[in-house]
Amino acid sequence: MSANAGLPNEPSLAERARRIRRNALRMGEIQGQGYIAQALGIADVLAVSYFHALRYHADDPHWEGRDRFLLSCGHYAIALYAALIEAGIIPEPELETYGVDDSRLPMSGMASYTPGMEVSGGSLGQGLGIGVGMALGLKRKHSGARVFNLMSDGELGEGATWEAAMSAAHWKLDNLVCIVDFNNQQADGPSTQMLCSEPLEAKWDAFGWFAQRVDGNDIDAVREAFDRARTLDEAKPRVIICDTRMACGVPFLEARERNHFLRVAPEEWQKALRIIEAEAAP
Amino acid sequence: MSGAKPRLTTAAMIASIASEGQKTKAAPFGHALVALAETRPEIVGMTADLAKYTDLHIFAQACPDRFYQMGMAEQLLMAAAAGMAKEGFTPFATTYAVFAARRAYDFICLAIAEENLDVKVVCALPGLTTGYGPSHQATEDLAIFRGMPNLTIVDPCDALEIEQAVPAIAAHRGPVYMRLLRGAVPLVLDEYGYRFELGRAAMLRDGADVLLISSGLMTMRALEAADALRKDRIEAAVLHVPTIKPLDEATIVAAAAKSGRPVVVAENHSVVGGLGEAVAGALARSGIAARFRQVGLPDAFLDAGALPTLHDRYGISVSAMTTTLREWL
Repeated sequence: MSANAGLPNEPSLAERARRIRRNALRMGEIQGQGYIAQALGIADVLAVSYFHALRYHADDPHWEGRDRFLLSCGHYAIALYAALIEAGIIPEPELETYGVDDSRLPMSGMASYTPGMEVSGGSLGQGLGIGVGMALGLKRKHSGARVFNLMSDGELGEGATWEAAMSAAHWKLDNLVCIVDFNNQQADGPSTQMLCSEPLEAKWDAFGWFAQRVDGNDIDAVREAFDRARTLDEAKPRVIICDTRMACGVPFLEARERNHFLRVAPEEWQKALRIIEAEAAP
Repeated sequence: MSGAKPRLTTAAMIASIASEGQKTKAAPFGHALVALAETRPEIVGMTADLAKYTDLHIFAQACPDRFYQMGMAEQLLMAAAAGMAKEGFTPFATTYAVFAARRAYDFICLAIAEENLDVKVVCALPGLTTGYGPSHQATEDLAIFRGMPNLTIVDPCDALEIEQAVPAIAAHRGPVYMRLLRGAVPLVLDEYGYRFELGRAAMLRDGADVLLISSGLMTMRALEAADALRKDRIEAAVLHVPTIKPLDEATIVAAAAKSGRPVVVAENHSVVGGLGEAVAGALARSGIAARFRQVGLPDAFLDAGALPTLHDRYGISVSAMTTTLREWL
């Protein structure tokens, strides 16, 4: 089972999210740049995923009964590493090797490099289709495991995403949960100005999915959405559209207009880390 | 007797490549997959609305609970096949060669090949095997796929070889692209005591005057051309190379090094980036400067029309190939 069994000494989900942000900032500091705004924005969703929703064994990342978490948006690797470190799947000291030659933590997530990284994402729009195949395979094996696919809002522009969305409903894949990180920011600007995917909830609904849209930085709301997705008694796939704030938790980074690929000055990393550390539970 | 069938002169999507009176077998891929599936429960069949035209319908009928109709969505087909393979299954994913090579390339490359997953991509209408025009003629599929790391590429000649290749590619760990002849598929290699071995080229007949190196349906053309050349006292060797990648360079180089005979590579593919250039590269790297020619399709979008017309027009029919060889030799 997941690390969060509701024990009294267990850190809260908010504390898990704070530590995920801290881990990500420490990795970002090593390279001096990166997709840190996405990592800070998705930290709450990852905290709920890894410390509330997912079943896994930290000491056995290939455990057959695990829920599969696919990082379709491979450039969010820094965020997932931060969560995998907090979950005990990757040893914490290894974060010092982020993006360094021969590291297990390359800047874009790849399955063969990193324990707990299920797919080689990065060619955006592939994760959901792979998830359809895995969900079909799990059903063939009569497995109760689920597939969670995390994708960025930019991936909504890829046609293959919608092929997979149609297919998941066609096969009634109730073991597939898609998480859309809607931070409305992609390489060239706001996603809604690049190729508008709104009305998004209605689109997924029309494609035959159980669709929810929540504030992705409201941990209680995210947890409740995951619970509804897991317990829904309908033979359809589930999507949780998470509206997140780029760089959430570090106000001076949140305020930057172009933060898809953040360049942060050396002294600013420490400033950001101090902000996150100050939130630590007493 | 109604006499000889009139030669087909209209374009058809699905035209048999069998010549008049040639022995054929029906749907060898479908039947071989059904036979293999009996002992390999992890095998599943997947397609993108082309089961019927890739002979996968035989498998779908025999094993309906192991057949996945993914709809007309080739990117999804390949991504989902990758997902199936990640869960321990061995998908045979079928479509037309054009759609796999052109539309779904990124998915075969990143979702399947980068992770070295056990997906077998089996594609009908390779090269010029339909008169439908460029939308369906995969004249450059080998050029596209040869550059993909981890991918094994197979181009079988006839029904016998397809039957033998199916268990062989299933036994191979990793992704495979196989060019498929479907429907009534000629049976030729049974007369040569041939057995398919993945990664191995096979000398089907020897001859001192010219070395024909070929794959796929061009091997049956090369064998017929060799018979025709014998009447001119030209003895042609035919080296069949069913595995395009990894290429059996040792056998090719050894055969080409023998007796200074010219080398002609015949392929149902563009002269750009296929077997011909692969062989040329192997010979050049080995320092063999044989006279070298290619029989293959031009670097062009080809016409629509009846296959026999087009095979003559583009030089890959037996008669066109024989004429070309006579001129060169």
